[in-house]
Amino acid sequence: MTEPGRLTRDDVAHVASLARLHLSDEELDLFTGQLAEVLDHASDVASLDLAGVAPTAHAMAVVNVLRPDEVRPGMDREEVLAQAPSVEDHRFRVPRILGEAP
Amino acid sequence: MKPGWEMVVGLEVHCELKTDTKLFCGCPNMFGDEPNTNVCPVCLGLPGSLPVLNQKAVEMAMAIGTALNCEIRPSTFHRKNYFYPDQAKDYQISQYDEPINANGHLDLPDGSRVGIERAHMEEDTGKTTHAGTSGRIHGADYSLVDYNRSGVPLVEIVSAPDMRSSAQARAYATELRAVLVASGASDGKMEEGSMRVDANVSVRRSAGDPFGTRCEIKNLNSVRSLGRSIDYEADRQIALLESGEAVVQQTRHWDEDAGRTVALRSKEEAYDYRYFLEPDLVPLVPDAEWVEAVAATLGMMPATRRARLIDLLIDGGGASEAQVDQVATVVDLGLDDLVVAAVAAGVGSGLALARTANEAATDADAARRLDSGSYVALLTMEGAGTLTATQAKALLVDLLADGGGDPVAMAKARGFEAMSEDSLASTVAEVVVTHPDEWERYCEGGEKGDKLAGFFTGLVMKATRGRANGKAVAVELERLRGS
Ligand SMILES: [Zn+2]
Repeated sequence: MTEPGRLTRDDVAHVASLARLHLSDEELDLFTGQLAEVLDHASDVASLDLAGVAPTAHAMAVVNVLRPDEVRPGMDREEVLAQAPSVEDHRFRVPRILGEAP
Repeated sequence: MKPGWEMVVGLEVHCELKTDTKLFCGCPNMFGDEPNTNVCPVCLGLPGSLPVLNQKAVEMAMAIGTALNCEIRPSTFHRKNYFYPDQAKDYQISQYDEPINANGHLDLPDGSRVGIERAHMEEDTGKTTHAGTSGRIHGADYSLVDYNRSGVPLVEIVSAPDMRSSAQARAYATELRAVLVASGASDGKMEEGSMRVDANVSVRRSAGDPFGTRCEIKNLNSVRSLGRSIDYEADRQIALLESGEAVVQQTRHWDEDAGRTVALRSKEEAYDYRYFLEPDLVPLVPDAEWVEAVAATLGMMPATRRARLIDLLIDGGGASEAQVDQVATVVDLGLDDLVVAAVAAGVGSGLALARTANEAATDADAARRLDSGSYVALLTMEGAGTLTATQAKALLVDLLADGGGDPVAMAKARGFEAMSEDSLASTVAEVVVTHPDEWERYCEGGEKGDKLAGFFTGLVMKATRGRANGKAVAVELERLRGS
């Protein structure tokens, strides 16, 4: 974890907090090791000489997949709200939110 | 603005596109429907659902880019991850490093140019309502979410930090709104949230200095709030700097009632969005043919439409400052075609502009629906002196209410017939005789005396119940004075 550019335990803790995941010390150690291995694999690819190769956005060589602007029936509101743990006033009721929307 | 300081302003404008459906699903794009009635697995973020891009939304985004003189480029979509329930997926699909439109500009009526860094596509969020004791988010016990707006197509237009005053920022927002409406992509309704403006504000000592630390102001619901909040924020930053403190980069909320900005969050707590390429959407690569086809559907932009009316005025002898304002009003209300049609039929440009800006504009919705042929016929009659200004204005009210009509028949039905020269002359003679003192002073002339022409004209109008032609009265008064 002292190698420059290598994933640190603090990085993992930061990412976990962004995703609102509460990880124990043991889990932080475990995931730091696992994620670092994944990133090491990615850095193998990054070490290749790719000068002159255009970046690829997608594995498929397909562009411009579009649909016409036509209304299609959605879901019945009762069915939708029946999936929610809590409902009020035909709206999803969610726990108090900390911080503001971005 | 305090002397010795310069403000630097950039604006981010979110514009809802007026498509029939959402950006990635076929749910209706409707404002004001019952909560959670326009939803489906895609916009609710249910597992296994897949987004498919709306072609019309892409074309509207391209239309906006064209209207803002942008390069229209190959683009991709990213996931912007954040933890907030206004997106059920916990991410928003947005364009990140490869936006569809970049490097444009918008020219303002005062001649200044504001750069457009980018205008990219993204999806709107659902609407959260904070419930509980205080009604404000910080005291809320829980929140209620309506996903009808979730997935509605947006274009976010990011200006360069090119504005130097709140007046210029207001002019930019006003002109941008007009361009968005003219491009056919938006209804430009700030009060319904279909156009939302955030302002980035910083201050510096002089134009050559590097930019200062900026703050972003949110919750601006009108062009007026925009101007007020920028002035407040610049003054706040100057006061901090003059007292030796530093401006902290943060997001601030505009409190319209209190007339001030309040800190929401500072940069340390700012979100790290962990952008990554949306794996469920392929790149968007518009070819030149498609770009041209969209550009061909674009209507005339407001600047061109203003110039068209100014040209008509110049042909008619010149444009006064008041007329330039009238031109702006008429174009803003979308009534300029009426002026153009009237002038093409031989009506004087000054009269056509004045009636449109002053009278037709009082009911702009009706005026946009008005049959232009009947409008032109009415102004032709007024221009020829067949109708007085008072009569023409009265008939215009009827025309607007009915959506059109035959002004000749309407004038006849109302008994609006122009007075004969003889009966006009006798009425003028009558008011002159009954007001000898005023007449004497009028005949003496000079600045004071000449002003009495208005007094006599008023009496003639009263005596004829507005049927006399004001110009003809003036001519007759002048003739009597000279004889
Ligand atoms: Zn949907």
